Amino acid sequence: MAIFLDANSKILVQGMTGSEGTKHTRRMVASGSNVVAGVTPGKGGQEVDGIPVFNNVSEAMAATGANVSVVFVPPKFAKAAVIEAVDASIPLCVVITEGIPIHDTAAFFQYAENSGKTRLVGPNCPGLISPGLSNAGIIPGDITQKGRIGLVSKSGTLTYQMMYELRDLGFSSCVGIGGDPIIGTTHIDCLAAFEADSETDVIVMIGEIGGDAEERAAAFIKANVTKPVIGYVAGFTAPEGKTMGHAGAIVSGSSGTAAAKKDALEAVGVRVGKTPSEAARLVREVLASR
Amino acid sequence: MDLYEYQAKELFAKHGVAVVPGKVCFTPEEAQAVATEIGTTVVVKAQVKTGGRGKAGGVKLADNPNDARDRASDILGLDIKGHVVHKVLVAEAADIVAEYYVSFLLDRTNRSFLAMASVEGGVEIEEVAVNNPDALAMIRVDALEGCTVAKATEIVDAAKFPAEVREQVIEMLQSLWKVLIEEDATLVEVNPLAKISDGRVLALDGKVSLDDNAQYRHESHLALIDNSQTDAIELRAKEFDLNYVKLQGEVGIIGNGAGLVMSTLDVVAYAGEEFGGVKPANFLDIGGGASAQVMANGLDIVLGDPEVKAVFVNVFGGITACDAVANGIVQAVAMLAERGEPITKPIVCRIDGNNAELGRRIIDESGIALIERVETMDDAARRVAQLAASK
Repeated sequence: MAIFLDANSKILVQGMTGSEGTKHTRRMVASGSNVVAGVTPGKGGQEVDGIPVFNNVSEAMAATGANVSVVFVPPKFAKAAVIEAVDASIPLCVVITEGIPIHDTAAFFQYAENSGKTRLVGPNCPGLISPGLSNAGIIPGDITQKGRIGLVSKSGTLTYQMMYELRDLGFSSCVGIGGDPIIGTTHIDCLAAFEADSETDVIVMIGEIGGDAEERAAAFIKANVTKPVIGYVAGFTAPEGKTMGHAGAIVSGSSGTAAAKKDALEAVGVRVGKTPSEAARLVREVLASR
Repeated sequence: MDLYEYQAKELFAKHGVAVVPGKVCFTPEEAQAVATEIGTTVVVKAQVKTGGRGKAGGVKLADNPNDARDRASDILGLDIKGHVVHKVLVAEAADIVAEYYVSFLLDRTNRSFLAMASVEGGVEIEEVAVNNPDALAMIRVDALEGCTVAKATEIVDAAKFPAEVREQVIEMLQSLWKVLIEEDATLVEVNPLAKISDGRVLALDGKVSLDDNAQYRHESHLALIDNSQTDAIELRAKEFDLNYVKLQGEVGIIGNGAGLVMSTLDVVAYAGEEFGGVKPANFLDIGGGASAQVMANGLDIVLGDPEVKAVFVNVFGGITACDAVANGIVQAVAMLAERGEPITKPIVCRIDGNNAELGRRIIDESGIALIERVETMDDAARRVAQLAASK
């Protein structure tokens, strides 16, 4: 089954004719994704590697039946691109773009919420992959294979690292939810989806400093998740008040610390690895004991 | 980017938020001149990006221009929680009748904006939130609807502002919302918002944080950047467009991806506990697709930190091919040698992911004696901590 993305996913790429868009379209296709359309205003009628380009999302959806959009457009145009996708009622919109002004994200997030039709993933995320089924975004398709571990992470490279550590076991779905202060799909959304997914046995949750998403996820796990969850949190050594690479990765006063997140997760029975490798070992232990 | 009070008030004034007249001064003499211009009792306020200025002696009243000069002289050069005062704001002293609090901020939890307001201003708002939570109104503001008259009225009524200031505060909230939206701010805060003896409501202090991602649409914000308090190595890194944060430690860190680099710092700190408390010296994310030039710049910055005893390059090739990264490292070392700055500190590399085999071979065959390759992230962290401790 996998979550959010499966063999029936038909992907359109907003910004496919740009250099990043073209590069990652090819990678997605190479890892088995069904990429059916591109969208670039004014370039309708062109093709990229035989994939038709349309002027807007609704035309692309009407012509190809696309049900997932991956957004590669630059920060300046990201808000308009997402609003266009929401207006076309695309069920899933994955925003890869990094560096979008937070007011723009706040606006298009609210717009998508109000529509009630579009699930947003990101922005500032690597996207998501259901190995062997579909890959929407920039996660390398060849790190791992189909399996029964579900992964949700704020960080792209830690997603790759964890997929690599557990590559022999494989994953049902890996979702990079993004490192910005406002993101569409959250840890909680993914936990709920993995809990409901019959093909996921164990969930790995990777968090990092900033905000209180991990603390809220801990409360959610306590109330709603019966499957084992293994955690990892990055940023114990981060100083207060400094942004650590991701716009959302900042400790403000005493809130948003890695220690508080780890404590919150452990308090509800989530085992938290001190390093990514230790977290991976914990996953193996859990699976071995089943 | 957090702004100084005087900068925040400049943005306030631009959008119609009522403030008292004042000017930023860099010397006691300037303070004297500004006080003469204002012609009333003035307040001399240290301009530092931290709270608790009053308690630290950074805010003083002055009855006349000579007094203003002397108070400025006292305050300039003060160290307030590690922030040295380089400038003061000299402003008309207000005859305060009541102190309130208002702010708008990004609300990460609710993925929206939040208005906070209280008639108990002039103190740390966190204290009010803890000691008297009923006195702090918190109202969600929809990102698409904004702070309409109705929303501003809702906020003012929730905070129970007295009738005689109600209209003024409603108007001020709308102007503050304009500051938030039009300047791409993530926080605008007024504490205290004061009612003065003539009945007017004024912003006596101001705090604004701007969104760095929105810099491209605000050319005027470039002038607000003040690097006087920024670490020298961080400044150099910024010139190279590198994502670098200086920390206190001995192990220089270079990695790709913010999450992996944060994790690398942690893993090094854990490993360092075994070796007398060796710590990471910096955060440096060279991002995906790092070229030899970027790697060279990164190595240059990290090796240039005199506190660094050893360097850990931790790369997981996702999109980036590891052979490209390995070539980058080898070329970077050669570039530094050509510049007459050959590396003298050990570099431990861990390379995994896309094309890792080839990348490892390039490092192994480079013949650079100071580079050591270790298979896993945990082992590499241990090795680099050991090397740093032995130096």
